[in-house]
Amino acid sequence: MNAIQMKTVIKFLPSHLSTIRAAIATAAMLFCSLSLHAESLEVKIIYLEQQRERPPVLSNLVVHPQDEGEQGALLGIADNNTTGKFLKHNYAIEKFIVPIDEDIIAVASTALTGANLVVANVATEQLLQIVDLPEAQDDLFFNAGSTATALRHNNCRQNMLHTLPSRAMLTDALMQFFSKRKWDSLYLLQGNRDVDALYADSIRASAKKYRLSIDHEKQWIDDADMRRNASAEIPKFTQARKYDVIVVADEDDDFGQYVLYNAWLPRPVAGTAGLESVAWDRVVEQWGAAQLQSRFQELTQRSMTSIDYAAWAAVRSIGEAVTRSKVTETDAIREYLLSDKFALAGFKGAKMTYRTWNGQLRQPIPLVHPQSVVALAPIEGFLHHKTELDTLGLDQPESECEAMN
Amino acid sequence: MRGNELTMNNRYLLALGAGLLFSAQTASAHWIYISNEKDDTISVIDSETNEVIKTIEVGERPRGVTLSKDFKYLFICASDSDTVQMMDLATDKIIHDLPSGEDPEQFALHPDNKHLYIANEDDAIATVVNIETRTVVAQVDVGVEPEGMAVSYDGKWAIVTSETTNMAHWIDTETHELIDNTLVDQRPRDAEFTRDDKELWVSSEIGGTVSVIDTSSRQIKHVINFEIKGISADRIQPVGIELTADGKHAFIALGPANHVAVVDRATYEPIEYILVGRRVWHTALTPEQDKLYTTNGVSGDVTVVDVKTLKAEKSIKVGRFPWGAAILPTDKIPG
Repeated sequence: MNAIQMKTVIKFLPSHLSTIRAAIATAAMLFCSLSLHAESLEVKIIYLEQQRERPPVLSNLVVHPQDEGEQGALLGIADNNTTGKFLKHNYAIEKFIVPIDEDIIAVASTALTGANLVVANVATEQLLQIVDLPEAQDDLFFNAGSTATALRHNNCRQNMLHTLPSRAMLTDALMQFFSKRKWDSLYLLQGNRDVDALYADSIRASAKKYRLSIDHEKQWIDDADMRRNASAEIPKFTQARKYDVIVVADEDDDFGQYVLYNAWLPRPVAGTAGLESVAWDRVVEQWGAAQLQSRFQELTQRSMTSIDYAAWAAVRSIGEAVTRSKVTETDAIREYLLSDKFALAGFKGAKMTYRTWNGQLRQPIPLVHPQSVVALAPIEGFLHHKTELDTLGLDQPESECEAMN
Repeated sequence: MRGNELTMNNRYLLALGAGLLFSAQTASAHWIYISNEKDDTISVIDSETNEVIKTIEVGERPRGVTLSKDFKYLFICASDSDTVQMMDLATDKIIHDLPSGEDPEQFALHPDNKHLYIANEDDAIATVVNIETRTVVAQVDVGVEPEGMAVSYDGKWAIVTSETTNMAHWIDTETHELIDNTLVDQRPRDAEFTRDDKELWVSSEIGGTVSVIDTSSRQIKHVINFEIKGISADRIQPVGIELTADGKHAFIALGPANHVAVVDRATYEPIEYILVGRRVWHTALTPEQDKLYTTNGVSGDVTVVDVKTLKAEKSIKVGRFPWGAAILPTDKIPG
């Protein structure tokens, strides 16, 4: 940059400027922008991941990319560096990817000396232990791996922001859509794992918030092989006189996919199967998203997931803060991200900002099926005095997060 | 026939009212070329009847369109065909596919009528093509997702905006070197110079603003914000910019807010919001500057706005997802 600009100064003056006064003014201006650009900045971002244990599921088709999250962060770094090269800002990533049976807390405690920027793709409990480490108190974490609403609520932390939507945001998005379509009567089908209970609780809370009625609830039975007999079992299992939609709470995709087209009543299926609410999916292509998708595809030869997107958004948030505020200190970045000045363009049709009361990144939630986006929440008609994005998830009066204040 | 008579009467009355005498020539029988992004076609509207008079098949996903300075050719960014097409207006035939680089989205023609500056969205580069020799003259590295393109009226500057890097990049058209970058609000889309080249206007779709940049210092001198009663701020997403030749007004297409903002260029304040079709992308002014045509992506139509009254007058159904617009003046219409 410097060399180019110096050359310009020399080239410019004789050819384009008529008066000496103008020449001096322009030279002064060029010098200003030159000195502004000359200040090179180095930004290091830590990517911390514990690989997840995937419980056994019925279908052989359920696969999770091994490098989920990591690749999103890498694309974010590449995007930041393309921008950074014009400003002499350089972004580097240091990765700590801990295998399933190894101790991530030990890894974190050695990795986190100093005030770091950390993109974390870690399960809820481990994440809480990490952010509570004494070494982590000066750090700023971006939670890109846990949807636990509690982390944005009574278990929030001052040193943690969230780029992945909470379960509350995901289930609110569904309820807005049901409400719009007047699907007032819900059939909740809950899996047997802990995460399913959390998801089902979130469905109940969102249904209450949007005044929809859960008229039937049933717990899944674990002892059948639905690959063989879904068409025999599911109709009986979902037998009831009336419901508008079946909501499946099965986060590991153990059985949800077999409910489609097999329910007693010919009704849509939504939740963790059928119509799903996500942070991101390969079918999102409006709002310039096709460009992000193709950059990711080119980098990884696969499609971008919600966790990839959350990691990308975390790295891009840091990039945006550094580009505009020219600061690299962790606490200054945190302050900028939580200020009115920050906004992230996230390819979902609305600017994304952080909620000051719990550190959650506000964002539209696409409702998708495998071939297309059905709707984008917030659904038109759900109003909010500040931003319609705050109709999704915990709004300020609802959040019991005190650490952020 | 009756429709025509009515139009003539209206025009006569308008002429009387304005105390002006219009000759048949200036009575705006222009052709408006509209690219239809999802139909791979160009719709041609006759501005006298405001009806589509023909539809021309072109390459895949046509977006930016611009006319050659001699009005003999239309250039079309056929994004998914990875080419810029050159259409002969006398025959409506594509006569050349220019080597544009991948995924061209928008472009700008240098006043020399020879160099076309093309934004290659997927590759973070801008390509400069000589349209006479049909060869690539230069490729310039720019930010992530280059989108908007502008060339100053004096021909010295080419501007490319990059949507994810959030900058307007300044390219010296003599050396094809990147000279400077102006950071603007999130997701910059369109860039337009004022006729005197003193200002560069850049719209930011997600930032919701238009930045007015001083050309000599390349610093932002004013940021325009928009507010429409009853429409949430999130939906106000400025895209296309059209600046009137008299220096008085700017028209800003506000995307999913479904309005075009009218900005007073003396104060930089929005003075009016005109309701048009859904997701308005770009606009084009007639040579007389009396009518503005807007492309409305989602509703698949074009709105005609009267510049004097600032009222929408008519919607014209075109193809699916109309995107760009270019106006061929009446005296240049072939045949």
